[in-house]
Amino acid sequence: MEMSRSSDLAIHTRGLRKVFSGKVAVRNLTLDVPRGEVFGLLGPNGAGKSTSVKMLLGLVFPTSGEAQILGCPVGDVKTRRKVGFLPEHFRFYDWLSPTELLNVHGRLYGMSYARLHERVPVLLDLVGLTPHCDKRLRDFSKGMLQRIGLAQALLNEPDLIFLDEPTSGLDPIGRRLVRDIIKAQRDRGATVILNSHLLGEVEITCNRVAFIKDGEVVETRQLNDDLVEEQSRLSIRAGNVTAEIASGLSQWSRSVRTEGEHLMLSVSSGTMVPEVVRYLVAHGVDVYEVTLQRLSLEERFLEIVGTDGGL
Amino acid sequence: MAGVTFREAARKKMLWMALAAGGAFLILFGTGLHFQAKDFAVHGMSPVLRREISFTMVTMGLYAVDLLAVLMTILTSIDTLSGEIASGTIQAIATKPVPRWQVLLGKWLGFCGMLTAYIAVMVCGVNALTYAMAGVTARHLARGLSLMWMESVVLLSVTFAFATYFSTLTTGVLTLGLHGLAFLGGWIEQFGAITQTQRAVNVGVIASVLMPSEALWRRAAFEMQSPLANALRISPFSTLSVPSKAMIFYAALYLAIALVIAMRRFSQRDL
Repeated sequence: MEMSRSSDLAIHTRGLRKVFSGKVAVRNLTLDVPRGEVFGLLGPNGAGKSTSVKMLLGLVFPTSGEAQILGCPVGDVKTRRKVGFLPEHFRFYDWLSPTELLNVHGRLYGMSYARLHERVPVLLDLVGLTPHCDKRLRDFSKGMLQRIGLAQALLNEPDLIFLDEPTSGLDPIGRRLVRDIIKAQRDRGATVILNSHLLGEVEITCNRVAFIKDGEVVETRQLNDDLVEEQSRLSIRAGNVTAEIASGLSQWSRSVRTEGEHLMLSVSSGTMVPEVVRYLVAHGVDVYEVTLQRLSLEERFLEIVGTDGGL
Repeated sequence: MAGVTFREAARKKMLWMALAAGGAFLILFGTGLHFQAKDFAVHGMSPVLRREISFTMVTMGLYAVDLLAVLMTILTSIDTLSGEIASGTIQAIATKPVPRWQVLLGKWLGFCGMLTAYIAVMVCGVNALTYAMAGVTARHLARGLSLMWMESVVLLSVTFAFATYFSTLTTGVLTLGLHGLAFLGGWIEQFGAITQTQRAVNVGVIASVLMPSEALWRRAAFEMQSPLANALRISPFSTLSVPSKAMIFYAALYLAIALVIAMRRFSQRDL
């Protein structure tokens, strides 16, 4: 990734930092997201996800560090033509109808009336608001506002879309809609940055995730199925395990724990399972059960964030 | 942006309410004027005196219009920036391919258009009424109207500048406070002129430097009043110490600087 040309990247940041009156919101954000990826930012509340997104969008000015989106420095006005954004709590003039709202935003994107005339009904239909297109936004529910916000983020067929907690306030049907929209955008070749604390949602939609804690990327992780084993847990129920034998397992795993009659190993691949079993048997251990378990995103999340996180 | 601001005022009924209040004001003014004009006939007043009283009525009406315009300007515009920043509404706008200074300028133009219409309707309304009932209009109507308009635009720009730094409430308090200072300074200057206390006049001038809004009104009043009232210095409407033309240029510069500060600050702040 480091070798990629920055123009091939939808997002490229180095040491991005933001301090709000003495309080560090984002410590050191270094991130590369190639074009065409659906990328999730995961982290507890207050980890700096929203501030990071706002810095990438030019809403918040970084204290230090550099950032580019779509190969141009952050804040470049022209680049914004190719960017869509759904803010965390989408709010807009509540005296507008959804059609008018989309028209206002379209005009701000510099779209012609003819183009808008074509595009607005399509988007209203996409987010299921066609029956409500004459209502005022003030009569909208939170979920409906979220839907119109989503339509607004897609108006200009952007190359890069930031969705900050897109499913907040949505019912299961709405959430499904968001998933389908993200998928359609990915198929179109757009890059989607998804900010969410709903792990299941991220797991389903994203190619890759970054775990963010205290304003820093702790880990990025591929979510493709081929790489399932990368972060797996080997659980072995066994008898006659001495401390010496257990410590001998460190050649296969950096983390070995004994819980009652269970041996727990973090492994990066399932290929060493037969070797581990042979080793144990050779040392006179009674092996009753061997399970290779993929660490779910949630477990990894909790492991990284810790139980005191998410405040 | 300007168009949206206009539509907002119309949809929020703000525009209509302002027009309704303006209409009510004109009706009240017209009624007062009507009875006054009737009394002229009854008392058989001298034409000179009648003319002077009518002129004073015009100035009085315009003074009230000025006060209304000042309040309308501040009250309608204080929330537009700081409110949208606080609610996050601005985020969906500021991420569009429009430079932030243009967003601000668009809003400013929208308000500017509205208050221009408001002031024009009200000032022309007052003059039409006095012309119909007493046969007089303000002396230099166009000049006076321009100065009153400028006063509101100064306040609008200052409101915008403060709104890029502070919350809605603080913005309102600061702008009104500053105008209050200028208002008080204006009266101190008048009294200083009557009693020929130069230092009191200086206090007024300093207040006008801090906020030239009130000075513009006093210059407007000077331009619109009858020459006799100005010469005799008998009018209660602030023409004893007339703000100079330099003060008008200063006010124009002040307005431009406030607007530039607003655009710069809005372009550089976190949203």
